[in-house]
Amino acid sequence: MTPIVVIDYGMGNLRSVAKALEAVSDDRPVRVSADPGLIAAAGHVVFPGQGAMGSCMRRLRELDLVEVIATAAATKPFLGVCLGLQALFEQSAEDGGCEGLGLLPGEVTRLPGGAEPDGRPLKIPHMGWNRVRQAKPHPLWAGVPEESWFYFVHSYRIEPGVSTDQAATTDYGGRFVSAVARGNLFAVQFHPEKSHHAGLRLLHNFVHWDGCP
Amino acid sequence: MSLSRRIIPCLDVDCGRVVKGVRFVDIRDAGDPIEVARQYGEAGADELVFLDITASSDDRETILHVVEGVAEQVFIPFTVGGGIRAVADIRRMLNAGADKVGINTAAVSNPELVAEAAAHFGSQCIVVAIDAKQVAPSRWEIFTHGGRRATGLDAVAWAQRMAELGAGEILLTSMDRDGTKAGFDLGLTRAVSDSVGIPVIASGGVGTLEHLVDGVVEGHADAVLAASIFHFGEYTIGQAKTKMATAGIPMRLDYD
Repeated sequence: MTPIVVIDYGMGNLRSVAKALEAVSDDRPVRVSADPGLIAAAGHVVFPGQGAMGSCMRRLRELDLVEVIATAAATKPFLGVCLGLQALFEQSAEDGGCEGLGLLPGEVTRLPGGAEPDGRPLKIPHMGWNRVRQAKPHPLWAGVPEESWFYFVHSYRIEPGVSTDQAATTDYGGRFVSAVARGNLFAVQFHPEKSHHAGLRLLHNFVHWDGCP
Repeated sequence: MSLSRRIIPCLDVDCGRVVKGVRFVDIRDAGDPIEVARQYGEAGADELVFLDITASSDDRETILHVVEGVAEQVFIPFTVGGGIRAVADIRRMLNAGADKVGINTAAVSNPELVAEAAAHFGSQCIVVAIDAKQVAPSRWEIFTHGGRRATGLDAVAWAQRMAELGAGEILLTSMDRDGTKAGFDLGLTRAVSDSVGIPVIASGGVGTLEHLVDGVVEGHADAVLAASIFHFGEYTIGQAKTKMATAGIPMRLDYD
């Protein structure tokens, strides 16, 4: 059985991502690795990450993973999570501005903030459970009820350049895009590995997804 | 705006066992932190906090096994606090699978640890725990070592400083209310929550479900932490969530 590979580039703890994937993929091997060969041979690739975009891109270049990720995202089921969603875009305002992988058109900007109903300013980071409104049908939404709760923690959001890439939206000081989908690529701002039943269902759908031929 | 407020049961763990155990639903081993965590996840807890109160340094490693076990089986966020003194301690907890680490006394003796930890691991996993006591009207001070040692630090100013250094969240405990079941110190909670741009978890004093509502509505807390009312089966997480939702607070209710 081809392994599921979680890309390990030293940004954040990947143990819970791997454990959640193991919980939904029967006996299929789940590997946490930065080995380009292993990533190229994977059946499914997960690109997670927490932290700052600038350090993320630096690490990916140091580990020579930029091309490998681009190829994987184009050719096999590929799931980006949190920073692994943001890094897919062209530009980020984080760290004084930095380039992303540019696999999807659009940019990453700071959450705009806003006000609670009583006028107090919204807290940033956006931390906690929020509703995810599905923007288009997708095999990864199978069995995930519309407006399910998922766990978020982030201060930046994506602004896709192509509206048809939107797979879900969420409200926090205005509506932002919380998931994107294009071809073999699916990526989410929330943490499915920390989102209990809804998150495990999405991961289950991912590891059983054959992608787009 | 549909971000839910969070309910967070807190478990004290000593030498790898839940202190005094829990008495809710039909649990096989009420002292097993992994089993208890799994049950709370199924019951709808939004997050969990484990406080390691192990006194002997020889037994400190046991918490790492607990963290590993929880991370393998419970898919909601959890924080581990107690005995965190250095970046190396934080790294061990995160590598074992904790999502966040709580820093308390060490933040007071070495505030730079918070900045260093946030730079290394990201603010999202750094929770600064603040134990405060009221010393004058509208004035609260930080105490360390389980509330025994006064520091002279003003709780509101301290919370702001911690946020500036990179804390991602504040876990705020009223030492006056802890264990009293008289409700949160709402003045303290509100003063701190309104003074920082990061989320604040209210802790200390919960005895009724109304107290949870008050913590959010009056105290402006982003999350509420409680222990005994849940552990001993006085109320379920579901009852607490329904009560809060009825009061108009956004809650994650449909979690089946």
